[in-house]
Amino acid sequence: MKNRRNRTGIINGTASLISIILGLLFGLLLLFIFNPSFAITGFDNLMTTGIASSEKLAKVFYQSAPLLMTGLAVAFAFKTGLFNIGATGQYTLGAFFALVGVVQFRLPWWMGLALAMIGGALLGSIPGICKALFNVNEVITSIMFNWIALFAVNLSINNMPLMLANAWGAINKDRTAALTSGKFMAYNPNATIPKAGLDQLFGSNYINLGVVIAILIAVVIWVVMNRTTFGYELKACGYNRHASNYAGIDAKRNIILSMTISGALAGIGGGLYYLSGTAQYTLVKSLLGMGFNGIPVALLASSNPIGTIFSALFISYIQVGGDALQPEYSREIIDIIIATIIYLSAFALLMRGWIGKLFIRNQTENINAEDDQPSENEAKLVKKEETLK
Amino acid sequence: MTANVIADILSGTVLFAVPLLLVALGGMFSERSGIINIALEGIMVIGALFSCLFLRMVDASGFGPAHPQLSVLIAILVAAFSGVIFSLLLAFASIRLKADQTIGGTALNMLAPAFAIVLTWAIQGQGQTTILIPNWVRITQENFGMAAGNGFLERFVFKSLFLSTPIAFLLLIVAIIVLYKTRLGLRLRACGEHPQAADSVGINVYKMRYLGVSISGFLGGIGGFAFTVAAGSGFQSSVAGYGFLALAVMIFGNWKPLNILGASLFFALFKIVGSYAGSIPFLPHFEGVKSSEYIYLMLPYIVTMIVLILTSKKSRAPKSEGIPYDKGGR
Repeated sequence: MKNRRNRTGIINGTASLISIILGLLFGLLLLFIFNPSFAITGFDNLMTTGIASSEKLAKVFYQSAPLLMTGLAVAFAFKTGLFNIGATGQYTLGAFFALVGVVQFRLPWWMGLALAMIGGALLGSIPGICKALFNVNEVITSIMFNWIALFAVNLSINNMPLMLANAWGAINKDRTAALTSGKFMAYNPNATIPKAGLDQLFGSNYINLGVVIAILIAVVIWVVMNRTTFGYELKACGYNRHASNYAGIDAKRNIILSMTISGALAGIGGGLYYLSGTAQYTLVKSLLGMGFNGIPVALLASSNPIGTIFSALFISYIQVGGDALQPEYSREIIDIIIATIIYLSAFALLMRGWIGKLFIRNQTENINAEDDQPSENEAKLVKKEETLK
Repeated sequence: MTANVIADILSGTVLFAVPLLLVALGGMFSERSGIINIALEGIMVIGALFSCLFLRMVDASGFGPAHPQLSVLIAILVAAFSGVIFSLLLAFASIRLKADQTIGGTALNMLAPAFAIVLTWAIQGQGQTTILIPNWVRITQENFGMAAGNGFLERFVFKSLFLSTPIAFLLLIVAIIVLYKTRLGLRLRACGEHPQAADSVGINVYKMRYLGVSISGFLGGIGGFAFTVAAGSGFQSSVAGYGFLALAVMIFGNWKPLNILGASLFFALFKIVGSYAGSIPFLPHFEGVKSSEYIYLMLPYIVTMIVLILTSKKSRAPKSEGIPYDKGGR
């Protein structure tokens, strides 16, 4: 049993790795098409900028924290068979709650994070309730509430003079207060997430404990998913809602809980990013990309919470590399690469089948065909497991 | 004065209902054949991208200003066929490879705007991310040899008339006929409800689903063009979430063409009322609130949500949508 789970993990990982390599090769091809003379330098920049200096590496970690949280949010909902496309709205509301906490109520950063979690959970619960009680598709509700949350947050911030940067000595009023400005530090010195010496280690102002917190949460989510009855019930609902209802699992309750927790995770992501002290929420009329980028993070990790740690780091890594592509190329080439990787990973079922076959063939050869029957049965089981997903 | 405002609101409602109508109809064909098409947003972007590039090209060559409406017609066809080609990426992944339809669609939604920005940069030069729409695209009274009047009817019809509007209503009629009055429509619907049963009477489910997705690409591409001309500020590699709104309109319209028409008009009306709220006397203006425009920006989404919840009991999605069809499966 354990052996099989390991093997499924390896097969999933290999499939993702193949998608990544093919996606990157496609990116290289694009670089050649759009500007051949810079293609090799560009690709080199793309691949190595993230580790070129400790400062860039700090940026990779810094960006990966919110990405990991929104990725976890999407992954968590996926496991219960729900598509949370509303992570961006929950992320925005989480950021708003966190900022209100530290600015309006002078709370310390960790209270801000707790508020962010509550904000995200509140917004996430709405699609869950609509799905469970009224059978309204969660994708549609999430999309609607992305916009509602964005506009409500902008409206509120505009009407809270203390929240805006110009209340703290800056000239701009299109963004929230800079939490590290001298005036604000005197008002609430504990508003930002502590750096715990990481800033000196990396020689960069960007890094803080956010990424550590995010990784810890990912581990907790893994434990909840794989080692608790609650997690089992959630997954059972994802596989087959009617069967789990028949087995005495309250599917409606689980749908609401799953979306609420998913929203809470995305909300924490918003808190982690905007309490870093290096980011200011800007009032624009378009949805934040961070929430949508959680989708590829989750997909690349096949919704495995531990896997999302690595996929968030990877996506953050090539995004930092993508910034180094300018000015010869536009940085959106990165989005094309990520999209290609996701498109390819949609073939994962097919690819996993191939890899799985390869695996089983090798193993049977190793056993030297002593007893073919069990492994063949096992292969069928693995296949069945895959189809269920 | 008030009559003018009403005329403007009605005209704007039709203008913004057109892209929603087209794209939601596209989504309807796809879902009725059994494929959830979440990639509508991306399809719109691709359709808008290529039609705007085409308009830019004919504007520079002089063909456009000389034959304005012919150029627009070709641009609409360009939008439609680029949408079809792009949608085939979804069809291939979800029909041939039986991949998860939501994942494939999400990838395409991510791909389209990024591709549009990269291509626009490559063509127009660095940082030039807006493709401007030439001003001869709009249909004016002069096109019909009429004097420019400013009465109620003139304002309603000609304030913002584009060729995509009459074409959209034509396509609506065609869609109704195809879906309900032809053998093809019946077969398509069967594939979305019970593909196994459809297969058992000799219908090629894969072919029907390819067709459904292609139609959604066709209509979605035109919808992207219609949105871009309606938005008015040129193509900026985005359709501002209209593809997703169209999905909501489709569900709100219960996967039926005429209901979708009603739903798109309803949604567009609330959007336009929001942007004209300042000049409508009987609406509250929230004097003490800063940036009160956000209240009206939220309005269409809130209203749609309420309606979706109220009508959810009657909502009926095609039974087999989202499930890959396996010929060998039971």
